[in-house]
Parts: sequence; C-alpha cells; structure tokens
Amino acid sequence: MDVYLPIANLSVDGLVIVALGALTGILSGLFGVGGGFLTTPLLIFYGIPPTVAAASASTQVTGASVSGVIAHSKRRGVDYRMGAVMIGGGVIGSGFGALLFNFFRSIGQIDVVINALYVVLLGSIGLLMAKEAIQTLRGTGGAQAARRRHHPLVASLPFRWRFYGSGLYISPLAPLIVGIVVGILTMLMGVGGGFILVPAMLYILGMSANVVVGTSLFNILFVTIATTIMHSVTTRAVDIVLVALLLLGSVSGAQIGSQFAVKAKPEALRLVLAAIVLLVAFRMFLGLFYRPDEIYTVYPL
Amino acid sequence: MLLLFAAFFLMGQRDPVLVPEVSQHEVQVRQGFVGQELLLFGAVLDPAGRAGQDYDIVVVLKGPSEPIRLREKERFIGVWVNAESSDFRSVPSYFAVASSRPITEIVDDKTAAIYEFGTDYIQLSPSGSIDPEEQRRFAAGLVDLKRRLGLYREDFGGVQISESVLYQARIELPSNVTTGTYTAETFAVTRGRVIASAVSEVEVKKVGFERFVEDSANQWGLAYGLIAVLLSVGMGWGAGRLFARL
Repeated sequence: MDVYLPIANLSVDGLVIVALGALTGILSGLFGVGGGFLTTPLLIFYGIPPTVAAASASTQVTGASVSGVIAHSKRRGVDYRMGAVMIGGGVIGSGFGALLFNFFRSIGQIDVVINALYVVLLGSIGLLMAKEAIQTLRGTGGAQAARRRHHPLVASLPFRWRFYGSGLYISPLAPLIVGIVVGILTMLMGVGGGFILVPAMLYILGMSANVVVGTSLFNILFVTIATTIMHSVTTRAVDIVLVALLLLGSVSGAQIGSQFAVKAKPEALRLVLAAIVLLVAFRMFLGLFYRPDEIYTVYPL
Repeated sequence: MLLLFAAFFLMGQRDPVLVPEVSQHEVQVRQGFVGQELLLFGAVLDPAGRAGQDYDIVVVLKGPSEPIRLREKERFIGVWVNAESSDFRSVPSYFAVASSRPITEIVDDKTAAIYEFGTDYIQLSPSGSIDPEEQRRFAAGLVDLKRRLGLYREDFGGVQISESVLYQARIELPSNVTTGTYTAETFAVTRGRVIASAVSEVEVKKVGFERFVEDSANQWGLAYGLIAVLLSVGMGWGAGRLFARL
C-alpha cells in the first residue's frame, strides 16, 4: 500500500509503517518507554530523512503514551505529583538541550554526539538493568533489601515532600534534576526519554515499581507534546501523514502491551527491556567504528 | 509554432531546428504518488531538406538547484566523525541525462563539460578555497550519494531516433523528487558539435491534501503542531476507550 508523505517528500509502504508503530506501541505499553529510541533509527533506516523521523517519532510517542497513561491510571499506576515535578524539569532541560543541539550542529558533529550518547547511555543502563533483573530473578537477598532504598545523594537534599503514589518522602529537587537531565537528552537524541527515566526512577529515586511505568509515561506524554510543538515551529519537520500511520499501529500496540504488563513478572519484563536496550546500544557502537554506509552527508545551507 | 517554422524557412537557416515536447508539463504530487515517467519527444527539422543526415540527440532534465554543505566522515582514533566539509552553491535536486549513443562517441570531454552531458559534468559551483583535487573528491561523493537515491541518472542509449527525424526518451522521476520547475533541454549533435538546442519546462507540484499539509506546516507552524498533538492524543485516547470495552 503506497502512501505519499507530504513533508518527508517520498512514498512509503503504509503497512510497514503501521507495523513499525505497533512494535513500538507494544514496547511502550509493556515497559513504559516511549519507543522513540527504536522508532527513530528504524525510520531513518527505511529512508525517511533524519529530522522528519525524529520529529514525527516524538509526536507518535505522544499518542502511544496517552493510551498507556489511561491504562495505568486506572490501576492507580501514576504518581501525578512526581510526574508534574519531572515535567517542570523536562521543560527547563529541553531549553538547554536545544542550545546544545544548535552548538553541536554548528560544528558539524551532531550525529557523532547523538550516536555516542546512545552507546554510552543505552549501554550502561542496559547493563545495570540486566544485572539487577537477574539478581532479583535468582532471588539474591541483597538485591531484595536494596530495592526500595533510594540513592544516598537523594536523601541529602533539603525540603522534603511526600509522594504518596511512589511511597517516598524525598526532596522534590531530586525528581526535578532527573527531569532536567531527561529533557536535555530528549532534545538531543529525539526520544521520549523513557529508557533513562524508568531506571532513574527505580535506582536513583527508589520509587515503588508499580507506579514507575505509569509515571514515566505521564512524563513522556507532556515532554513529547512540547517537543512536537517545538519541532512544528522551528524545524517544520513533523509529517502528519507519517504520524497518523505510526499512531494507527502504536495506539493498539500500547493497549496490548499494557495488558501483558499486568500479567508478566516485572523482573522478567525488565530483563527483556535490558536485552533490547543493549542490542540497540551494540548496533550503535558498531556504527561508530565500522565504516559508515554514507561517508558524505548533505546539509542544506 | 507554424510561424516559427516559417520564419526559419524564410531566413534560409542552415542549421536544423529542434521541436521538443514533453508528455506532460505538470506533474502532480498527490496521495499515492510513486513517481512518474516522463516522455521527452520531438522532431529535428532540417530546413535544407537534406534527408538521411545523422544526428545524435541528448536530453537533460534538471530539477531546481539548491546550495548545500557536504560533510565528509573520517576516522579519528577509530571513530568515524565528520571532518572536512565543502560548500556547493548550485546542486540540482534532480538530474537526468539520456542520449542516443554513449556520450564519449558523440562529443569530446570539453563539449560534454560545457553542456553538462553526464553526471560527472554537473556544474555544482563549489565555493570556498580548497584544492581542485579535494573538490573533485567531494563532487564525486555527492554525485554518488544522489545517484543511489535515484535522483541523478544517466541513460546512454535511452534516446530512440526514428527516420532521422523523430526522437523520444523516457525519464523516470522517483517519488522523492523535490517540487519546483524542472527544465528539459534537448540538444541535436552532429560531428561532435551541438547544432541545435531547445528548452521546455515541467512543473512538479504538490496538489490537494498534500499541498495543504505542506503549506500549513510552513505557514502556520504552531497550529499545525497543535493539530498533530490533538490527533495523536485523540487517537491514543480513542484506542484506550475502544480497548476498555473489549
């Protein structure tokens, strides 16, 4: 089924795009990640121009997270207070991110920076998650005891708030800083930031596992809305036809994913996510060292 | 047109006249557009009435040009990073050349370069002060990139000439073409010399919904973004409601 994309300026097979959307939708429902870290590279691989791919993927993630947020909020799986603090941080962070993006683009190294960030972040997070998930699955005592405790630095921050949903009594500065960091990375890497947010919530803030996925999606929802608007006004690279096709697959996928999520063991889920994250990181790592397919890249002046 | 022929006859012009035509002067890019094949055809009229003189025909179809910066990746401590770059002031977004015989048999290198008979001869107008050797490497890299995208094409032997009068060539526009005004130039060549040339234009434009989407994105960015957000929130919410009932 040939569909012409008016902003990307080319025609694609609509069914392939819908299938791609469904795949990321399932991931987002299951793990609370937006799936942008998978959609964007796959779209580029399919031949969509990189800017259009990143901008449209962020819009699609909005849709996938709405249905996820609804599904999780019904199960009381969203800590709105925590989410709001993080969104505040995310907005500040995306501003910083935009500045950094322009700087790296002006020196012509933005794609190298993005690739390196993917490798470092996905690699370290993937390893961390895999290690933890394996320990828990094996039932190692140490991991069990450490599970609900947050990072010592978090405890040292002043002004504590109660976050009932997360079962925490910590300073709001901690989630704010997490939000800022995720905001910067969202702008730089063109992803929702869920794959950084989920581990940060689990291992740094020490939020209870049953609200992590919902709250992460809640945060992603608002951050991607802001990114979509930002792209529409600056890069004008959001392709609404591409978005609609991706959404068709991903909104259904997200529902299926979140239904699986309640049934499956959270540790097993995290192990699977860790494997996917590591796989993407490894592919990106090879990309840095192997001779790239394209030695030359065109930048319009 | 008839007047034109008449004028040439009256003036006793010795060089032949080219009458080119394109199968369509407007290519509409709309939903389901998967590319378009253009038929460039026409006739060579010899006012002297000499029959059987051999001509070669070369057609060049060019899309609108744009200035670009081309960056080249290089290995730096094992990692591939962008290193050198070069600017080109006029890079045609599309370039196709077709001829009745291989170009090397029709004209010499110099003539080929003047008339841009081949992707190696596109006048890219490099700017900046890097040495010619490097510039050639960059130009070759750019042409190769565009060729693999299907935007630069060469079809030597793609022009058919019948009875030394009528010619025709088929040129494929892929779906990823840029919109704008394309020029189709036709050249009649004999004994290594271009003896007649003519230009016609093809307008490639988006129409209908595709046109509307592009215009909206460019003119009303904020509204466009809000609609995109509404669409995706709406679809996400709708799916949530739908699945809740199932």
